[in-house]
This record gives sequence, C-alpha cells and structure tokens, in this order.
Amino acid sequence: MQETTGRLPLAWAVLMGSTAFAAAEEINIYNWGNYTSPEMVEKFEEETGISVSITDYDSNDTAIARIRRGGHGFDIVMPSNSYVPIWIEEGLVQPLDTGIVTDLDNIEAQWRDPEFDPGREYSVPWAWGSTGVAVNTSSYDGDIHTSDIFLDPPEELRGNINVVPEMVDVMHLAANHAGGERCTDDPEVLRTMRDTLTEAREHWISLDYGTIDSYTEGDFAAGVYWNGDTLRARLADPDIAYGYPQEGFPIWMDNAMVLADAQNPDAAMQFINFILQPENAGMNSNFHRFASGIAGAEEYMDPEMIDAPEIVIPEDLAGAGEFTRTCPSEVNDIYTQIWSELLQ
Amino acid sequence: MAVTQHIDTTGAQAGADMAALTAERESHGWKWLLSLPALTILVFAASGPLLIVLIYSVLTPAEYGGVVWELSGRAWFQVFFRRDIFDPDEVTLNWSHLSVLWRSVSLAFQTTVICAILGFPTAWFISTRPPGQREIWLLLITIPFWTNLVIRTFAIQEVIRNQGVINSLLMNLNIIHSPIQMMYTDFAILVGMAYVFLPLMVLPVFAAMDKLDTRLLEAGYDLYASRWEVLRRIVFPLVRPGFIAGSILVFIPSIGSYVTPRLLGGGRNMMLSNLIELQFGQGRNWPLGAALALTLLVIVLVALVFYLRTIGGDEDKQHG
Repeated sequence: MQETTGRLPLAWAVLMGSTAFAAAEEINIYNWGNYTSPEMVEKFEEETGISVSITDYDSNDTAIARIRRGGHGFDIVMPSNSYVPIWIEEGLVQPLDTGIVTDLDNIEAQWRDPEFDPGREYSVPWAWGSTGVAVNTSSYDGDIHTSDIFLDPPEELRGNINVVPEMVDVMHLAANHAGGERCTDDPEVLRTMRDTLTEAREHWISLDYGTIDSYTEGDFAAGVYWNGDTLRARLADPDIAYGYPQEGFPIWMDNAMVLADAQNPDAAMQFINFILQPENAGMNSNFHRFASGIAGAEEYMDPEMIDAPEIVIPEDLAGAGEFTRTCPSEVNDIYTQIWSELLQ
Repeated sequence: MAVTQHIDTTGAQAGADMAALTAERESHGWKWLLSLPALTILVFAASGPLLIVLIYSVLTPAEYGGVVWELSGRAWFQVFFRRDIFDPDEVTLNWSHLSVLWRSVSLAFQTTVICAILGFPTAWFISTRPPGQREIWLLLITIPFWTNLVIRTFAIQEVIRNQGVINSLLMNLNIIHSPIQMMYTDFAILVGMAYVFLPLMVLPVFAAMDKLDTRLLEAGYDLYASRWEVLRRIVFPLVRPGFIAGSILVFIPSIGSYVTPRLLGGGRNMMLSNLIELQFGQGRNWPLGAALALTLLVIVLVALVFYLRTIGGDEDKQHG
C-alpha cells in the first residue's frame, strides 16, 4: 500500500500533464451519484469553456478514503456537513479563493456561518435536506410528524416499514425520540434507544435504501426517508407524505469544496462561484429535488417545488431540526454495537 | 543394524534420484524465470493485499476511518467478545457477530444443497442428450453469466416483489387475495444465491457425468439392481468428485455474498460481508473489518480442507 501510493501520483502527473496540452481546461468533480444537473453542467461549459467530468461515490466514507490515498485527479468534492470538519482538519481541502468566489453573499443567511465551517471559509452549499419519515396516507391517516412512525409504529403500518440503513441518521432520530441529544453517550438514553430500536425492528420489513417505486408501488407503507426523495415519490403518488418528527430530526447539507491537491484550482473556484448564482442553483435543484441554500434560487425552481411541504419546513417544526454530527469514536463504537445487535 | 542398512540403501537410492533431478533442474536452471510474471502476480497481487489486511487487523482504528500505526489486539478480541455497553467490566461472547457468522455459514450451506439438488437432474439431462445437442444446453447454462450480477439480482426482485410477476399473476388468477411477502426474507436470499450460483454446480457435475461409463449402469441392471440402487451405488459415487468441486465453487462465493443479501434480504439481517462493510464504512473500525475479513477467510479455508480431506480419504479407500 505504502509502495503504490508513492508511484500513483507520478503516473497521474504524467497522465494529467499529457491531457493538459490536449484539452483547454478541465475540472473533475467527485460527487454523489445522480446528483448533478447535466443541464447546469452544460451551461457552465458553455459560459466558461471549461469542460467538466463527474465521478460518482456512494458514501462519505468512500469519498474520504479515496482522497486520502492521493493520486485521484479530482478538483471538487461534495462532503456532507458532518464530514466537512474532518476534511478541513486533515488538510484535504483548500480555502475558497475570494478573488474568484465573489458571491458568497448569495448564500441564504441561515447557512452563511454554519457550525461545520464557520464563516464559510472552505465550502458553499450544494444541497440540503432532512431525514424524516415518508408515509403512505392511504394506509395511515394519523399524525405523521413523529418518529413514532418507525420507532413505535401504529398498528396499520406494522410490517410495512422500511428504514434507510444510515446508522448516524437513525441513531440521531432514536436519540431525540428517547429525549437525548445527537451523539449522546448518556447510558440511560442509550439503554432506551437500544430497547426502543430492538422492539421497533420487529415491525420493520427491511433496512434498505429502497427506490421511489418501493413507496409508490406499495412495497413500503412508511419509512425513514429523505425529503427530496419523498417529494419525487409524492409527485408520482399524491398519497405519499413527508413527516418532520417533532421529537427531533437530522438536517444535513452537502457542500462543494475544492481539494487541496486540485489539478485546476482556478477553474474549480470558477465552478464554485457558478453554483452560487441563483439561476444555476435553481436549475440544479430541479434535478436533484433538494433545496440549494442559495437565496433567490426559488425563482428558477419548478413551480411544484417552491411551496412543496417536503422543501419548506413548517414553522412549528423547524426548531426540531438539527445538523447531523460525526460522533466521537467512543460513541460511534457503541452505536455500531447497538446497530450490529439490531441486524444480527 | 539391519534397519540402518535399510535406511542407508533407501537413502542412497533417494540420493541418486535427487542427483538426477538436480541435474535435470540445472539444465533448465534459467527457465523458471519465465514464470516470473505469474509469480510476481501471485506474490504481490494475491499475498500482498492479504498481508496488508492482516497488518491492519492488529492496528488501532483512527478517529475517522483508517488506522493508526499502534499495535493492538482489540479488533481480534472484538470479533468474538464484547464489553457490555453499560458495564465495561462485563465481557461476554459477541453474540451479534457469532450469529451473523452462523447465518452466513448456514445460508451458504443451504444454497449449496439447493444447487446440488437442482443441479443433479439438470446435469443428468444435459449429459444424456445426443453429443451435438449438449453444447447448446451447456451454452444455455452459461448465458446468465453474461449478465451483470446486480442486474440479475434486480431481475429476481422484479419477479418476487409484492407487485412483481408471481404475485400479480396469482392475484389476477384469484388464487390469492393479498401478495405473498417473498422479498426481504431468507427465502429471497436463497432464491437469489441459488439462481446465481447454480451454473457453478451444474458444470462440474456435468463434467463428471460426461466421463461416466454407461456400461456400468447396464451391468447394474443386469445384476438386478433397482433404478434407485443404480443411482445410489453406481452414479452417485462416480459423480461425487463433480459434486465436491461444485460444492466448493458454490459455497465459497455464497458465504462471501454481499449484493444478494443486501438487495433481496433487505438488510434486516446481515451476512458476514455486510458486517465487514459496516466496519469499513459507518462503523469506522477498519481493524475490526480486517479481522472479520480474515475470519471469513479462515472459515473458507477450513471448509476447503474439510472437502479435500473427504476426497483424499476416498482415494485411499479406492486404492486399498
């Protein structure tokens, strides 16, 4: 491993060197799959003459492991809020060049100074959303703004509940449900969490990422799901609704950052400034169906998204939302242990 | 004295053999260099990564994934034991890991049995076709291999899901009124794995049957053996090596199966590979993941040795 890491950058350097002569300018974006509007990319390429290529990843852990190894050739990455501090701490990303990124003020006021990147020195919002519950209201017509939907499920939903296998999100929801804070290590709360989860699991049919079809075609009657995906499901089947658990629910934000060893940092900074423009952010939102965190982007969003209950958090529930956080190892170890017991 | 002499003569004999052998080797002395590319691949591409896994399993997990270069036996301890969350002094067997381990072995074993039961008649059917037709049937058996595993798994999902082919058919025919839950069960995992790995059983069993001397069957009938006896006492013993090879080929990928349990099993119950993935991903405990991966390797090795012993034992019996 040590040996190969030494050689790879050299090979890349040769490769990148040769392509640099061929193409004018190029940036390589490393992003979650199915998350970048092709229309928006095309617009960027037309406006700047910089060509864009995109490589997918499927988890924050995959992304950071690959970048740590070096020799990746990427310029931009989109880590979730809980991972942003790790990227900064480990020196994997570089501060934004305010000479090129001039429109940081376009960021909505509430996201300008987030706890994971104070003062937005390194990152700009790409998309944000929440993890809540999706419910097929034809199966259950009670209150859906509660994590009881999956932690103490009503009779009608039992046996038809899916939970996304995102340990951190599920533990966050379970901790709030038990009256504790995210990343809690309070033994009493942990005990309640474990007991609640163990009991609730009997009513779950699966822990799957699932697809929108799973909800619209009746495989799942309810489940833990993301707001943007629930929006897509609702557009296909109006019975599906999104609930914001009043006990507390995780909010996440994926952020665009420029890598410390970017091949083409100037072009990358141009891209960062490009996605700060409301028009482009709106275009991107129309594709991934999440809010962008850019002020004025609504004007460019599809009409069905602007007032969508999945996008606009009801005022009385907004306070229950809290950013996810990467828990310290000791806590994460306990969570993994509970999680393994749950799925044994 | 006689004994020593005996040893001496055999020793001398062996010495002479060795001398001949070395002479021969010397004349080909440089030729082993030709195998250098293969050796390099074996050493670096097969043993190298394994060695890294082994080293990682005795290191300390870093805060956010990866490892710190400090020796620690904690990962190996965690494979089998755990400290109680609420009372760190209480050490118990790690039942969640052991039960995941047991599920993997048990599901892999069941898959092997199902493949053997389905594979035998299939192979028999093919081997009894006229020679020209056999190739066509064999080709048909290998066709699923041309398609990506994930796509085949999704195809099964379409067949067995609640709104899938089977359920809609049964409901349209008014045989059932609400869908039968097949997705997200062990049944689904078994269907998926048996479907995916069946060719690996059929092909070696067919190869063994192809060599079967049909005159032996006739001889059996001539000696008043019933059909069952012919099957049990002539066919089974002769195609047994095929079954053993097939079982190895099915068992090993089944026990390490990741995609099928994930997509069809619905993730409610992990198999070993899902547990390993958890440690490298959200669990952020690479050493434990590495130790679990090696545990899987050891199970496969033990199974292999067991199978090979059974074959070896048989051959001894035959010679004796």
